[in-house]
Amino acid sequence: MNAMTETRPLLSVRNLTKRYGPRIGCADVSFNLYPGEVLGIVGESGSGKSTLLSCLAGHQTPDTGEVIFQTAQGPRDVLQMAEPDRRRLGRTDWAFVHQNPRDGLRMGVTAGGNVGERLMAVGARHYGDIREKATDWLGRVEIAADRIDDRPRQFSGGMQQRLQIARNLVTGPRLVFMDEPTGGLDVSVQARLLDLLRGLVRDLGLSVIIVTHDLAVVRLLAHRLMVMKSGHVVEQGLTDQVLDDPQHGYTQLLVSSILQV
Amino acid sequence: MTDQAYNFAYLDEQTKRMIRRAILKGVAVPGYQVPFASREMPMPYGWGTGGVQVTAACLMPEDVLKVIDQGADDTTNAVSIRKFFQRTAEVATTEATAEATVIQTRHRIPEAALTKDQILVYQVPIPEPLRFLEPRETETRKMHSLEEYGLMHVKLYEDIARHGAIATSYAYPVKVEGRYVMDPSPIPKFDNPKLSNSPALQLFGAGREQRIYALPPFTHVVSLDFDDHPFEPSKAPHDCDLCGASESYLDEVITDDHGGRMFVCSDTDFCRTRREAGHVGRLGTPSQEAAE
Ligand SMILES: Nc1ncnc2c1ncn2[C@@H]1O[C@H](COP(=O)(O)OP(=O)(O)O)[C@@H](O)[C@H]1O
Ligand SMILES: [Mg+2]
Repeated sequence: MNAMTETRPLLSVRNLTKRYGPRIGCADVSFNLYPGEVLGIVGESGSGKSTLLSCLAGHQTPDTGEVIFQTAQGPRDVLQMAEPDRRRLGRTDWAFVHQNPRDGLRMGVTAGGNVGERLMAVGARHYGDIREKATDWLGRVEIAADRIDDRPRQFSGGMQQRLQIARNLVTGPRLVFMDEPTGGLDVSVQARLLDLLRGLVRDLGLSVIIVTHDLAVVRLLAHRLMVMKSGHVVEQGLTDQVLDDPQHGYTQLLVSSILQV
Repeated sequence: MTDQAYNFAYLDEQTKRMIRRAILKGVAVPGYQVPFASREMPMPYGWGTGGVQVTAACLMPEDVLKVIDQGADDTTNAVSIRKFFQRTAEVATTEATAEATVIQTRHRIPEAALTKDQILVYQVPIPEPLRFLEPRETETRKMHSLEEYGLMHVKLYEDIARHGAIATSYAYPVKVEGRYVMDPSPIPKFDNPKLSNSPALQLFGAGREQRIYALPPFTHVVSLDFDDHPFEPSKAPHDCDLCGASESYLDEVITDDHGGRMFVCSDTDFCRTRREAGHVGRLGTPSQEAAE
């Protein structure tokens, strides 16, 4: 991994806190993500994973903290950016894969239109080129080319999720956020999706922050792991180290509970 | 209520001032949808209450008003709006495009070239071009303000994917002065080129949706398209059967129950003017005036 080299972090998060009234969403979270790295965020339901992810991605505004992203113009605190710039980042350098494909797809638009949207959003104006790229990306996520003019409603849950991934990756984002991308799917479908994700991450050298409550997912995908409890990060480190030799009592519980399943 | 209770052109001066302010704002920011407090009008929504309010705010006693619906002056909608202003503003009315100073229209731009002394007022049912794919008003407003218009092309992409070509033939979206994407109201796309660089002032009023927008004279307006599927203003590939015009927008008219049909100019004033000048189409008869 790059973590030990002198490369600058792609994303540097400092003391991020988000409260919902008196309740803590996430508190005082700090970490670095290096280019090409996959960071897993695990923890039980309600531990603050989604809150953290949506604050990082700019979907929610945290109360305090810094989210410094290595832009083409150098490091910038995303939270201090003007909204147009942040939204532009959201459709160019960044991508967000939602747990529920309905939240990340346009259900009334064809598969090709869904994949093409980001291309058109950044100025693609050649129908033939857009279609060619969409076809290519459908292939990469194992959706047959002849489904390009079907709408996502006609797709299975697994296919919808793969379509959402294609739609997000088509513009070559530098940082991908994923919130429980395999949640809500049948076990066999999950396995196939994980396999696919692993291939894409490896082939494209993606930098990813992936939230999940499923330790099998991070075992397969993540280089590093962050364990959250009640909004706080209680342990972080290399995935194998954390899973095989958990230091924090909560992580030990988490790891043993999966062993019992 | 009696007619005496009406102010000139129906609306009270306070309301007119409010609408004029919205119009001025629209003129200052071409293509931008300006919210306004639409008033109850003595006609149902869908009958052009937005256009009527804009017209009422523009009319001066010396104006000459023309009202058209789908190109014709004699449809119920056009007749009732014309009567409304005859009664409430006592302005002169005309069917001749060239004589009018204010033209309220639904679904067409007149064929005859407009001049700098004319105002064209469009009746608009749905002012938001992005609504087709993004129903949330907060989001579409943000998309306009940040110029995030990729979604407009998704709509055109879907058209080509399903129909092999851009099938949108009415309310074809345009970009105004390289900035705002605008719905030109349900005019045929054949009329889109006439939106651009017109010497006339063009005003758009949506009553139910409470929006006014504008194209000041000589505004540059471009119809959206793809490099490999360029915009094409299309019409039926015929000449007008009454006046022989080859370059006007045509309506297809069924003439009997044996499949008989003819194509005639949708702009009735344009057609009549040509016939009076001696032009005769395939099924036309020489006009009286032309014969004299
Ligand atoms: N929109 C919200 N309003 C109020 N409380 C919220 C909201 N979203 C999350 N929370 C609370 O914040 C905490 C963290 O939730 P969340 O980030 O969804 O956790 P996770 O994704 O790990 O399940 C929980 O206590 C949850 O109830
Ligand atoms: Mg969650």
